[in-house]
Amino acid sequence: MLTLECPCCGVMADETELSPGYEAHLKRFGPGSSPEEFEAYMFARKNPKGVHFERWRHTYGCGKWFLAARCTATLEVFGTYPAQVSEPPADIIAKIQARRPGWQPDGKAPK
Amino acid sequence: MSEPVSALNGASFQGFATIREIGPLGMITLRAKGLKSLDKAIKAVTGTKVPAQRRIEIKGEHACGWMSPDEYLLLLPYAEVGAALTKIAKALAGEHHLAVDVSDARAVFRIEGDRADQVLRKLMPVDFDRLEPGELRRSRAAQVAAAIWKQDQGFTLVCFRSVAAYVMGLLTHSAQPGSEL
Repeated sequence: MLTLECPCCGVMADETELSPGYEAHLKRFGPGSSPEEFEAYMFARKNPKGVHFERWRHTYGCGKWFLAARCTATLEVFGTYPAQVSEPPADIIAKIQARRPGWQPDGKAPK
Repeated sequence: MSEPVSALNGASFQGFATIREIGPLGMITLRAKGLKSLDKAIKAVTGTKVPAQRRIEIKGEHACGWMSPDEYLLLLPYAEVGAALTKIAKALAGEHHLAVDVSDARAVFRIEGDRADQVLRKLMPVDFDRLEPGELRRSRAAQVAAAIWKQDQGFTLVCFRSVAAYVMGLLTHSAQPGSEL
């Protein structure tokens, strides 16, 4: 059972109080984009085994959307954070790297 | 003028805890965030301060609860709702807000007795050992949304009126004598 802390109301919310919103940090390609870009935005999902960023909605609580970083293989939750960001905040990345040495966010070269 | 009637007409049940449907109760949903005059508007209607995150401020028959970062629930006697909406409109004139009378859209239950928490423990994914006095917790009761808080040796539960009979059924079943935890 997954328990996530809602950053909007501070409740430790049980999975059954939440609704899934699937992959987070998608960049929208709308009018004016190429068919390939739109197809990738619409259908292509990372679906990794390991560290994953997701959108969740606290449906039965405060009703707000938030984002969570968790591992899809072990269900370990690294942290949750407000949805008003376009990429994972530095403190969440640090928490993930503390647990998964060598892990890097997409598009960042390993140090 | 028709008389206001609560969803279940004051149904009650005596198990290992007492379940009572109360109301009709006046309720106003106030959606507002970061407004200058918000404290003034809430003070004018309920006489309480603006509740902090997940808190409910209770003063006699009036109360104000924190529902989400931009939503408050005002509780007051049913007959005062019309005047209260006027007071809010006046206090928040020119500021972006929404205040709606939801008294008839809700049902309210009281769960009372020494083991009242056990009735709710079986129905809600809430850690009751960590629920503080004066905390308003929104969650679900079995399959429907519900909000609860501790008040006077018991709990008050608010749900939608359309599911009042379902919630009464849940509470009744959960409070069956012999089913104590």
